[in-house]
Amino acid sequence: MTTKIPELMNLTERAGSETPHAETPHTPVAAAREALLGKFDMDELLNCMHCGFCLPTCPTYQQTGLETYSPRGRIALMKGVAEEKLAIDAEFEKNMYACLGCRACETACPSGIAYGQLIETAREVVEDNKKRQGKRSFTRKMIFKNVFPHPKRIRAFGTALWVAQALGLQKAANRTGLMRILPREIAEMQHAVARIASPVQRKQRSPMLPSEKEPILKIGFFKGCIMDEMFYETNQATARLLSKAGCDVVFVEDQACCGALHAHSGEKSGAANLAKRNIEAFERAGVDFVVNNAGGCGAALKDYGHWFTHDPEWRGRADSFVAKVRDANELLVELPPLTFHKPLNVRVTYQDSCHLAHGQGVRNQPRQLIRSIPGVDLVEMSHPDSCCGSAGIYNIMNFDMSMDILDDKMEDVQRTKAHMIVTANPGCLLQMREGIMRAGLQGQMEAVHIMDLLDRAL
Amino acid sequence: MLTEDLRQQFISVVGQKWFLDSPNELHAYSYDATPLLQSIPDAVIVPGSVQEVAAVLRMANEHRIPVIARGSGTNLAGGAIPVQGGIVLNMNRFNQIYEIDEKNLTATLGPGVITADLHTAVEAVGLFYPPDPGSMRISTVGGNVAQGAGGMRGLKYGVTKDYVMGLEYVLPTGEVLRSGGKNVKDVAGYDLTRLLVGSEGTLGVITEITVKLLPFPATKRTLVVYCRNLVDAARIVERIIAARIIPATIEFLDQATMKVVDDFAKLGLPLDMASMLLIEQDGVEAQVVQDIEKIADIARQTGAAEVRMAATMEEGAKLLAARRSALSALSRLRPTTILEDATVPRARLAEMVEEIERVARKYNLQICTFGHAGDGNLHPTCMTDERDHEEIERVERAFEEIFHAAIRFGGTITGEHGVGMAKSRYLHLKVGEGAIELMERLKAAFDPNNILNPGKVFAKRDRRRIVVRQS
Repeated sequence: MTTKIPELMNLTERAGSETPHAETPHTPVAAAREALLGKFDMDELLNCMHCGFCLPTCPTYQQTGLETYSPRGRIALMKGVAEEKLAIDAEFEKNMYACLGCRACETACPSGIAYGQLIETAREVVEDNKKRQGKRSFTRKMIFKNVFPHPKRIRAFGTALWVAQALGLQKAANRTGLMRILPREIAEMQHAVARIASPVQRKQRSPMLPSEKEPILKIGFFKGCIMDEMFYETNQATARLLSKAGCDVVFVEDQACCGALHAHSGEKSGAANLAKRNIEAFERAGVDFVVNNAGGCGAALKDYGHWFTHDPEWRGRADSFVAKVRDANELLVELPPLTFHKPLNVRVTYQDSCHLAHGQGVRNQPRQLIRSIPGVDLVEMSHPDSCCGSAGIYNIMNFDMSMDILDDKMEDVQRTKAHMIVTANPGCLLQMREGIMRAGLQGQMEAVHIMDLLDRAL
Repeated sequence: MLTEDLRQQFISVVGQKWFLDSPNELHAYSYDATPLLQSIPDAVIVPGSVQEVAAVLRMANEHRIPVIARGSGTNLAGGAIPVQGGIVLNMNRFNQIYEIDEKNLTATLGPGVITADLHTAVEAVGLFYPPDPGSMRISTVGGNVAQGAGGMRGLKYGVTKDYVMGLEYVLPTGEVLRSGGKNVKDVAGYDLTRLLVGSEGTLGVITEITVKLLPFPATKRTLVVYCRNLVDAARIVERIIAARIIPATIEFLDQATMKVVDDFAKLGLPLDMASMLLIEQDGVEAQVVQDIEKIADIARQTGAAEVRMAATMEEGAKLLAARRSALSALSRLRPTTILEDATVPRARLAEMVEEIERVARKYNLQICTFGHAGDGNLHPTCMTDERDHEEIERVERAFEEIFHAAIRFGGTITGEHGVGMAKSRYLHLKVGEGAIELMERLKAAFDPNNILNPGKVFAKRDRRRIVVRQS
C-alpha cells in the first residue's frame, strides 16, 4: 500500500505552455475560468476508479485501441482539465467530441458513474470557453441557434427535402443551396432518408387520435423534431398502435425539440429553454403520460430533472414531467396486448437504441413486442446494444469513425442472416439504412422502426 | 523528454500513427487501475510486430530510456505506472490468437489478446482456459502473464502461472528469445518461462504466449451459503476441503460487501447475515450433483443459517457476476477505493478476517472484505477519500498491519496483484533480504541498464513513501 500525494507529481509542468496557469487569481479572467472549471462535478470524476471495465463496451475504444478514445481516458482528461493540469484546447475538444455518447459504459460501470452527464458538462465547458474567446463555428451557430429551436424552420427543412425527393433529384437539394448550410457529411447521409411525408399529408393530421376502445389513458404524443419531419408515417403508426391499445392520443400543441442534440453538444442553456417549452406544453395538455418513439429523445426527456439541478423553480416541474415520460415500447407492453392479423414471416434482428437501452434501461420490452408478432423470428446479434455509430449528429461530425463502427455492425447483422433490422430511434434507423447500402444489401435487407413493424402486422 | 532526433527515430520504427506524445495522450497513459498513483510518460508507443518491439527496446536501451510494457492498464499495484517517465509500450495490437491446437490442447496467441476473448475462442471448440481474473473482460493475457494473475478458479485449477507453457520475449538488447513450448515435459535448462511469469515487465517484453488448455467441464452448479458469523463460514470452507472435495470456486463476501453488491446487482440477499459463500463445482453431471449435495450437508451441519442452490445455471452465473463486480461496486461508497490481496493459508482464514476487522476498528476505517476463500486469497478493501490526507495516512498504517498479520499467519503480501509500486516496501517481509538481492542480480542479468519497468518490485525500503520523479 503506497500513498501518492498529488503535489509530488510532475503533471503540471509537463502539460507545458498550454496549461492556463500563468494568470494570477482575482482577475476577471481567472474568475471566469474558475466558474468554467467549477462546472465539472469533481466528486463524480473522483468516483471513477479507473478499473477499465468500460473499455470493452466503448465502440471508439474498440475501433482505435487508444486510451484517449475510451470513457476511462476521457474522464481522466476531464479530471486533468478540472485540476488545471491540462488545457481546454483543440485537442481536448477533439477528445470530448470523439465520444459517441452512447452510454454503453454506464451499463458496464460498476461504480455507477453518470458518464452521459460528465461528457455533456465537458462539452459545455468546451463551448463556453469558445464563446468566451469569441471562437464559435458558424455551422454550429446555424444548427443550434437557427434550426433546431424553431419547429417551423425544421418543417421548412423537411418540406424542402420532400420537394427534392418528390422530384427524384438529390441534386435539387444542392441546387437550392439547402445542403450548403450543413456540412458535407450530411449530404452523404441524406440518401438514407426515406420518403418524407408531403405537406398536405401533414396538415391533415387531427390534433387527437381517439382510442379505438374504451380509453384507458390519455397520452400526450411527443413527436420529436427530426422524427416528425423525416418519419412522419412512423409517428402516425405509433399513434395508431397506442389508439388500438386503448389510449386517447393527443398531439400536444406547441411542443419543441427535446433538446438532446443541444445537451450532447455542450449547448446546455439552449437545451434548458427547449425543455421549459415542452414542460409547459405538456402541463397544459393535462395528460397521463408523455409518450415518444425515439430512444434518443426519450432519454433526454427523462434527463430534464438533471438539467435543472441548479434551478429550484423548474426542478420540481421537470421532475413531475419526467415521471410521466414513457417510450412507446414501455407503455405498449403494459397495455392490453395488441391483436395482430397479418403474420409477417420474416427473420429480424433488433439493434438497441443506445439511449433506450443504456440511457433508459428499456431492453426487454421491444424484444417482447417483436416476438409477439406472428411469423417473426428474432435472431440476436452478438452485440445488439453496441452503438451503430449514428449517435445524434456524430455521423455528420465524425463521419469516418462512424462509418468504421457501422461496417463492423453490419458484419454482426449479417451473421444473424436476418432480412430486417429493427430499430427504435430515427438516428439508428437512418444509420442502419446507410449500413445496408454500404454493405450492398439493398433489396435483400430492410431497416424499419419497431412501430412500423408492429403497425404492418395489425 | 525525448530529443526531437530520438522522437523521429522512434516514429521511423512504428510510424506516426503509433507514436503518441501530445499532452492529453501522455496524460491518458499516466495511470492504471491503482488508486492514488499517476506519473506522466515521455511517449506512448504501440508496436505492431516483434521486430518493432526489438527496435524500440534497442534504442531505448542505448539511450537509457525506461520502457513500461502494458496491456489494458487494469493493474492494481501500480505495475503499469511510468514512475520514472520513459516510454509506455502498449502491446494491445498483438491481439491475435494464432492457433488453437486441439491435438496438443494448447493455444498460441499475442500478449494483447483480451482474456475473455481467449475464453470465448477456446470454449467455442469445447476447450477451457481456467484463469479468470476479475478484470478478464478487458485485461490482456500478456498482462495476466506478466503479473501472475489469479482469479476465482484458483482453488481447483490453479492460476495463470500454471497454464503458461511457452513464451517469446525480447530483451533490452533487442534479442528475441523463446522459452518452453508445447511439451508437457521439458527440463532443458532453467525454467525461464516460469521466471518471466510474474516478473512484472522487469525482465523482458513478452511478444507471444503458448498456454495449456483443458477440456471444457460438462456442467456446473452454484451453491450459496449464508452464515450468521464469520467463523462459521471459514469452518465450512475448511470442512469441505477436509472432506476431499475441491470445488472450482469458493468465494467469500462479508456483510458490508453483500450490502453494496446487492444494491448494485439487486439480488435480494439476506442482509442480516454476517457473510456469504458462493461455491461452484464443475465437471460431469453426476459428480457435480453429488459434490454439491455433500457440500450443502457439510454447510448445514457446520452452522450455516441458510443453504440455497442456484435454481439454474443462469442464476448461478448471475450470483458469480455479482461477486465479480464487488470491487467496483464498493467504490460507490466513497470516492477512493483501495483494494489489497493479502493471502493466508486457507486454515487461517477466519483469524485473518477477524484481524482485518480489528485493524479497521483501530484506525477507524471502513474496510470491507471479500475474496477467494477457497485459496485463502482475501481482498480487504478500504473505502476512503484521496483528498483527506490524514485518513489516507491511517489507511497506509492499517494496511501495513494487515500485511504483517498475513505474514504472521504464514501468508503473503500479495496473492495475485503483484508487487509493483504498491507493495515493494513489504517484499522483504515475505521473501527476505537475501532473496531480494538474488532477484536484483537476476534482474541485472536480463536488464543491466535497468530500463525495463524501473521502480517496480524493488523499492528503496527505507522510505515509507515512494517519491515520484520531479524532472
